[in-house]
Amino acid sequence: MEIREYVLLIALGCAGVTLPPRVLPLVLLARVALPPWLRIWLSQVPVAIMAALLAQELAIGGGRLLPLAHNAALLAILPVLLVAALTRSLIGAVAAGVASMALLRALAMS
Amino acid sequence: MSAGGFFGGSRAALPVVLGYLSIGFAAGVVQRAAGLSVAEVMLLSLLLYAGSAQFVVASLIASAVSPATAIVTVFFVNLRHLLLASALAPHCRNFPVWQNALIGAQLTDETFVVAWGRLTAAGATPTTVGPDAFTARWMFGLNVSAYAAWALANLAGALLGGSVGGTRALGFDFALAAMFGALLVLQLDAQPRAARTTGLAVAALAALFSVMAALALPGNWNILIATLVAATAGLFLQKWKSANTSC
Repeated sequence: MEIREYVLLIALGCAGVTLPPRVLPLVLLARVALPPWLRIWLSQVPVAIMAALLAQELAIGGGRLLPLAHNAALLAILPVLLVAALTRSLIGAVAAGVASMALLRALAMS
Repeated sequence: MSAGGFFGGSRAALPVVLGYLSIGFAAGVVQRAAGLSVAEVMLLSLLLYAGSAQFVVASLIASAVSPATAIVTVFFVNLRHLLLASALAPHCRNFPVWQNALIGAQLTDETFVVAWGRLTAAGATPTTVGPDAFTARWMFGLNVSAYAAWALANLAGALLGGSVGGTRALGFDFALAAMFGALLVLQLDAQPRAARTTGLAVAALAALFSVMAALALPGNWNILIATLVAATAGLFLQKWKSANTSC
């Protein structure tokens, strides 16, 4: 049950920056209405983060651009997006992706 | 109107609990596949308690970023709670401060939706104080049930995730990318129809900047840079669109 100091530091730091936005509006209760521009901006953040992370996972490896042709991840992400759009099931979409990747690797080896 | 006490809240949490059991299990497996130990998964689960942020951290730790990069990135991932907490705040004005602090500490997208559903069912508007049926105990029942389900599911996933040997051949190393792809689709899907094109443009911009910044800059700040640039572009796009449709 080891916890690396590096991970502990990150966990504590992340908790430290996550609590204030969750707690402060409820504790201050000052009805600080967020300005409309900040609401719109905040509502864009989750989509932006997920797209940025997905692009990094698919296209970057070891600090370099992975080849866009012969990229199994780019193929395996298609069933993920399809299943997510059709079923809205997170776990179903992840299962489809993992299975596709396993299948693609099995095919590549044969 | 269902009971307004602690157990009323935990009954209302049932859909969230079921969702968290399955997503939390997957999250445990994914975080193990990204190289975290069971104890580390639980540390993040209990301290951070935020699904997407935990995936982000797992991905950042897997690429060995500096703690500062991880912490600043998670700050922006979780900044949206500001929206939820300030929407809930006027309805919690009659609760003691320490209770409100606890309510806020366990606030998630999903528990917010359930709480908001109860408030709107009781006819509360954003300007009125919460109805009597909306009590701090009910919120604790909702929050504690969701928190417990998330932690247990993370633990189960982490324990099982480690026992699966040869995770690469089984495609488990792809789970994190799949999770991001699925979350992206679900978040685009949750946006109002009018904001859909903006959402797609923001996603495309973020993807582009993420890759470009990863190649051009040292130190894994690419996620943060891409997010700030794309969200800001989305803000201007949305403003421009509403300015054009209003006249």
